[in-house]
Amino acid sequence: MSMDMSQFYQIFFEESAELLAEMENLLLKIDMESPDIEELNAIFRVAHSIKGGASTFGFTDMTDVTHVLESLLDRVRKGQLALTADMVDTFLKAGDVLKGQLAGHRGDGAADAAAVEFVCAALKRLAGGNAAATPSPAAAPVVAPVAVTVQSTTSPAPVREAAESAPALDCYAIEFTLSATATAATVVNLRTNLGALGGLEALSGPPAGALAGVYRWRLAGSASEEDVWEVLAFVADPALIKIEREAVAAQSAVVIGDAVPASTDHGFFEPLYEALVPQTVSETKAPPPAAIALVACAAQQDHKRRAGDETGNNPAPVKAAAPNADATSIRVGVERVDQLINLVGELVITHAMLAQTTSRVDPVAHEGLLKGMSMLAHNTRALQEAVMSIRMMPISFVFSRFPRVVRDLAGKLNKEVELKTVGENTELDKGLVEKIADPLNHLVRNSIDHGIETPEKRLAAGKPAKGTITLRAFHQGGNIVIEVSDDGAGLNREKILAKARSQGMPVPDTMPDQEVWQLIFAAGFSTAEIVTDVSGRGVGMDVVRRNIQGIGGGIEIDSTLGVGTRMSIRLPLTLAILDGMSVSVGNEVFIIPLTYIVESLQPKAGEVKSVNNQGTVIHVRGEYLPVVRAHEVFKIAPRCADVNAGIFVILEAEGCKKALVVDELLGQHQVVIKSLESNYRKVHGISGATIMGDGRVALILDVGEVVRGQKRGLRVAA
Amino acid sequence: MIQATSAAGATNGASAPGQGSNEILTFTLGSEEYGIEILKVQEIRGYDAVTRIANAPDFIKGVMNLRGIIVPIVDMRIKFNLPVVEYNTLTVVIILNVAGRVVGMVVDGVSDVIALSADQVKPAPEFNGSFDTAFLQGMGTVNERMLILLDIEKLMGSADMALVNEMVH
Repeated sequence: MSMDMSQFYQIFFEESAELLAEMENLLLKIDMESPDIEELNAIFRVAHSIKGGASTFGFTDMTDVTHVLESLLDRVRKGQLALTADMVDTFLKAGDVLKGQLAGHRGDGAADAAAVEFVCAALKRLAGGNAAATPSPAAAPVVAPVAVTVQSTTSPAPVREAAESAPALDCYAIEFTLSATATAATVVNLRTNLGALGGLEALSGPPAGALAGVYRWRLAGSASEEDVWEVLAFVADPALIKIEREAVAAQSAVVIGDAVPASTDHGFFEPLYEALVPQTVSETKAPPPAAIALVACAAQQDHKRRAGDETGNNPAPVKAAAPNADATSIRVGVERVDQLINLVGELVITHAMLAQTTSRVDPVAHEGLLKGMSMLAHNTRALQEAVMSIRMMPISFVFSRFPRVVRDLAGKLNKEVELKTVGENTELDKGLVEKIADPLNHLVRNSIDHGIETPEKRLAAGKPAKGTITLRAFHQGGNIVIEVSDDGAGLNREKILAKARSQGMPVPDTMPDQEVWQLIFAAGFSTAEIVTDVSGRGVGMDVVRRNIQGIGGGIEIDSTLGVGTRMSIRLPLTLAILDGMSVSVGNEVFIIPLTYIVESLQPKAGEVKSVNNQGTVIHVRGEYLPVVRAHEVFKIAPRCADVNAGIFVILEAEGCKKALVVDELLGQHQVVIKSLESNYRKVHGISGATIMGDGRVALILDVGEVVRGQKRGLRVAA
Repeated sequence: MIQATSAAGATNGASAPGQGSNEILTFTLGSEEYGIEILKVQEIRGYDAVTRIANAPDFIKGVMNLRGIIVPIVDMRIKFNLPVVEYNTLTVVIILNVAGRVVGMVVDGVSDVIALSADQVKPAPEFNGSFDTAFLQGMGTVNERMLILLDIEKLMGSADMALVNEMVH
């Protein structure tokens, strides 16, 4: 077994991180009063999987923590201990400790030894101290199969899951032959290793006293066939190994019928074996009286489930089975996906070039060619969409962290807050998912801190004591909208206006609400009264807005005093593609991102005026906007020297408006963003480049820089 | 392991160098003949229309689309103060792969690939500071022809080429 385990570390790290996140989710969901046995089992399985992985790779510190965790969970699961809030807190802490240890093994910092000790002690105290306590009535019937049966009848949805999750819970009939060199230790080792994969049961073996010979075992667990094979191949002759997958239903009958097999001479697989029993029962139609009713409503359930999927409101049982679904996914490096996207982008451009050429041929003489071209167009587009969708991931990756944030922060501030999430399956680009997490986190914390009032205040205002924060994601047009709304106090218009005035901002009393709310995003808007900081993050709302704008999005606020606040973040679907307006300046083509364009116009005579004979302004809708001439910024010979003949594109970025003069508007495109910096350098006023249909490169304007840095930046950079 | 599949790496490994000698790609700029290490060359292609970049030094012609990658194009004739020649169908761009970046270099023409042994390379002469010889690797002699051997990696990475981001911007 002298394999180099380190090459698998990365996989273990990723899996463990996912498992820990799953455990946290489950813990936060659990109902303290009447914990669902399925959920308890799921938590137990997660802890067990981490323990198994950690021990395989020799991370003993993680094994130690998970072991104590597992022991306590096992007792809760079996109904020997009642679940308490204290326990859930400790479990969550244990999860944090494990995350720390995981990070330590990864090489980012060391685990906090004191925290490890503290959590282990707490877990042991909980496991030992309350041993005499009577089991809670809710948890008591858990071991009885009957109770589980009842559960499957009342919520038939898991029945459908049985078929889907079958690969995740498999039974294998294993047959292998040990040679005469095998020792007793070999067999024990094999049992331990297979036991780690699932419930193991010896069906037949060589005659008593002999070790060599044919063994027939049965394994029930979530391991893949390869896993089992790998374990066996270390000791047995690979040519003589037979692994057969058995139907789950057939197996469950056997498992239920048999008591714990006599071969349970090592404690390792006993708890797991039992863990599997209730699950197997609930996932099959085994109990005959229930089965009839279930079959009858199975089709109906099917429909309901689909409907649930589409609206994004999955019923709970479906969600519980979701982690099993990714057994059919593969892990691929982002670089490879990006390369694929790049190549497909090339294909699209090549196609555009071909199409331009073929548009000139005689359609009668080249009918076949043109037919082929239109098919190519169709297939290329389909391919592009398919490849783009690889980068998409559900927003639930971000949302899933918030139950914990809300729980912790609400606890700290003595508020009661419930978090609702809607539309978790809305997909957006992976790059966006990573970048939206921090701003969203800030908004949620803000809502808890300043939005939601204390329970006393809420009751006094005639609201329920428990506040609600809703995270909602949905598609709107070509955008994705993420909303953070609360039913808290709302923003106080007068306070904000007063604050703004005290800072010398020119704010008229008649300012529309929308603009008043935008004030809280202003940089340096001292937020002491409106936004007191919970944890000294030092990140203001202006940073939130800048981050969101940085990824091509925008943020809006709706608020009603005493009723609540809603912050809507609007984002483009992907970072790789941008909606842009192509404009020509001299002989060059530039792309302006559409999100920054307010309007485009050709000025009437007298609307453009000079200031001090140096600057130019344009009078648009009551505002005097500074004029920036694109050909001056980019040092291009203009087609027309007269400023009045140009097209004025009104740009707005970072709360500042300017008019950019270009020669011509060419059209609106979706362009693929390419980096200039990967082979060249940052160019002032340019955020990137793209390739046009004719294969030429067009530069994408960095509107923020053009609007903000015209004076200081460009001259220096030149 | 993912890096190994990058497109640049794949095209680069096409010609393996002979042991002991260096294979040199020679090209002409005006009346001068230059040589660069062939391993730094990714490909050679014709000159295509480039997109100009504002505020760049004049020897940077602009950027070009090389199969989806945006590549800056440098005109060595302007860089070396040689008489500027019109671009025509014979104008050649050598696509270089230096310091993990892809850069195109406009030259008058590519001559051939030759193997230079160590004794054919003489150290670069000193010009007493009249111009910078830091990018000269040496002078090669092949059949009475003189080759100016360039340390292309050093040249393209240098600050006055303005191809890479400066520390302070």
